[in-house]
Amino acid sequence: MNELVELSGLTKSYGKGTPAVNNISLKLPKGKIIGLLGPNGSGKTTLIKLINGLLTADAGSIRINGVEVGSQTKANVAYLPDRSYLSENQTISQILDFFSDFYADFSRERAEGLLQDLGIDAKRKLKTLSKGNKEKVQLILVMSRRADLYVLDEPIAGVDPAARDYILRTIINNYNPEATVLISTHLISDVESVLDEVIFMRYGHLVLYTSVDNIREQHGKSVDAYFREVFAC
Amino acid sequence: MAWKLDSDRPIYLQLVERIQVMIVSGLYEPGAKLPSVRDYAAEAAVNPNTMQKAFAELERSGLIITQRTNGRTVTDDVALIKQIRNQLAREQAATFMQRMEELGVSKEELAEILNEIQEETV
Repeated sequence: MNELVELSGLTKSYGKGTPAVNNISLKLPKGKIIGLLGPNGSGKTTLIKLINGLLTADAGSIRINGVEVGSQTKANVAYLPDRSYLSENQTISQILDFFSDFYADFSRERAEGLLQDLGIDAKRKLKTLSKGNKEKVQLILVMSRRADLYVLDEPIAGVDPAARDYILRTIINNYNPEATVLISTHLISDVESVLDEVIFMRYGHLVLYTSVDNIREQHGKSVDAYFREVFAC
Repeated sequence: MAWKLDSDRPIYLQLVERIQVMIVSGLYEPGAKLPSVRDYAAEAAVNPNTMQKAFAELERSGLIITQRTNGRTVTDDVALIKQIRNQLAREQAATFMQRMEELGVSKEELAEILNEIQEETV
């Protein structure tokens, strides 16, 4: 079995409005870096929260490694949310303690190495860091787990271009043929050279799921240029 | 140092071209050992799957050989390397000739220009 994530007929609406995620069926393989792309309000974050078990679907199912999403799958999914959930008053080192206690697959050594690379002092309190450095800390925490699935919601939005490269390299270096990384972002041109596959979403629907080289071969365009064409306003 | 890659062409093809040039130019000697996919991917700042695909393509053309015990090496078939180098040179020359034709440069003029450039660089 090579499928890691299997979505079938997945639907979620908030209140009576149109569904944020509308009847999505999709199989994601192991060992891929996959971009989740779509305009604002296309349902990316809702889909991500469903995969993480933070929201319950109205209809359809999600299986990770054949197991229905729940407390069991959370142990194998490393999630970077689109906003911080860490306590601002804690030092980074205290947060590392917390992660070590909480996640069996967390490597403290790895996290400390990455922090050192980026010149972030673990004795500092989170609230004393800049916005970009806070984002880096969160990503480091997530990538220091040995999970089957990494789900990153806008991981590079607030960081400078040099740190962006570092983060992408961290994702590549952390690559493990058994694990898949799902990245939602608007900064397509920054990430597309590391992606294997892309998912395009619009109005909660799945528009396209294909390999990035397919787009380049069939349309002679970068993923960024193709995205601008498909979603032209 | 990340390799400079265009994002409007398949990345693996560009990797194939880069590695081909490194082999035919002699930067990697015949029979030389190549870095692992993971190290190479990290150096080029590309996805290891993409690097794997490029290596598979190079294996198909025979330039790279995978030995179970010894990792990946450049072929020691010097004739094959030469043949591929000729092929690449011909492709480049054909493009160049086409450009010159577009500029309206005649064969005689072109010969003159090439001579001049050679003298300047010597």
